[in-house]
Amino acid sequence: MYAFDYQKAGSVSDALAALKAEDAQPISGGQTLIPTLKARLAAPSALIDLSGIAEMKGIEVAGGMVKIGGAVTHQSVADHAGVKAAIPALAQLAAHIGDPAVRHKGTIGGSVANNDPSACYPSACLGLGATIHSSAGDMAADEFFQGMFATALDAGQIVTGVSFPIPEKAAYMKFVQPASRFALVGVFVSKGAGGVRVAVTGASESGVFRWTAAEDALAGNFSPDSVPPAPAADGMIGDIHGSPEYRAHLVAVMTKRAVKAC
Amino acid sequence: MAKKPVTFTLNGRESAAFAEEGQNLLDFLRRSVGDLSPKYGCGQGGCGGCTVLIDGEPHLSCLTLAEAAAGRKVETASGLATGPVLHRLQEAFMERFAAQCGFCTPGMLVSAKALLDRNPRPTREEVIEALSGNLCRCTGYEPIIEAVLDAAGERARA
Repeated sequence: MYAFDYQKAGSVSDALAALKAEDAQPISGGQTLIPTLKARLAAPSALIDLSGIAEMKGIEVAGGMVKIGGAVTHQSVADHAGVKAAIPALAQLAAHIGDPAVRHKGTIGGSVANNDPSACYPSACLGLGATIHSSAGDMAADEFFQGMFATALDAGQIVTGVSFPIPEKAAYMKFVQPASRFALVGVFVSKGAGGVRVAVTGASESGVFRWTAAEDALAGNFSPDSVPPAPAADGMIGDIHGSPEYRAHLVAVMTKRAVKAC
Repeated sequence: MAKKPVTFTLNGRESAAFAEEGQNLLDFLRRSVGDLSPKYGCGQGGCGGCTVLIDGEPHLSCLTLAEAAAGRKVETASGLATGPVLHRLQEAFMERFAAQCGFCTPGMLVSAKALLDRNPRPTREEVIEALSGNLCRCTGYEPIIEAVLDAAGERARA
């Protein structure tokens, strides 16, 4: 690791002020960033720790929405009675990210801001039509995620929370990469006031995406039998764990399972 | 490189040591504090050998900055026994031959402790999930899972 200063921010405004320093970078749970630093793939001048910011640690369930602060850990979402009652699929998704140590440290804000193409949370944001709250304002998930590791945020901006509309029903089905517990392919399906949404993670080289062909078919008849054949393998991720064709096939399989589980 | 004092609680005792900039908690515990029970396996958060409890929850000390542990309660496998009296998890690991080379054992023990503190009567599936971040490359998982279930059973009788 290259040397850096470490600063624990007490508030969002403190954090934003500290992030104005050249090459300063925010850190939340650090479960992705610290390995990156260890590999010397990043050399920030300072790390601004967001994990202790009280205003980013709450979970509220009110007015048909579940609002989760950016510094809330996966374990806290998984254990929260209000989230479990309102959107059980979201609590279940959080309960199966990584392993217990990762879940006690990793945060929703960090996961969403990092936008790893195999992370679970981006699919819930897109699959539920969430609003991402950030220091640059509120954005629809549809505009926020802009391809692998890319979001609408610029350097020095942070995710402060996410609001999920409570759907009529929803389910997340993940085919796990058994060593990392990342999604080899994960599909988040929901049916609610905004219609049917199908969001896929782990599959595309462009990161999380909505499978609109499946959404259209399911809007007509919400049944596993309506799920269209697998999408084209072009642009799907191919690696030691699975070929593009295999991932494309899994997209349809996991979508069917998610619809069935709704 | 500037050093910063870090004060925290280690296994119930107030402790303080100097952390180097960017030093991770594992390195800090082993080199600056002298607690050698958490192990350096992969250094990337993949093996669980460095697992410690922070405020009762399992964390990977190799992916935690030492400075982030300031003011918090850290527990390691060194703190499990009370004097010569082993923790029931340690007894159960011994009875079940759940440690062969022993390198993963401290991480396994604290992950298991976090589970039992939160859920005194776990199912077999819950034990497996709780230990899912801890890799063992020689003993095999079966004796470890059985040991945790044994220790949970003892607690239930107590």
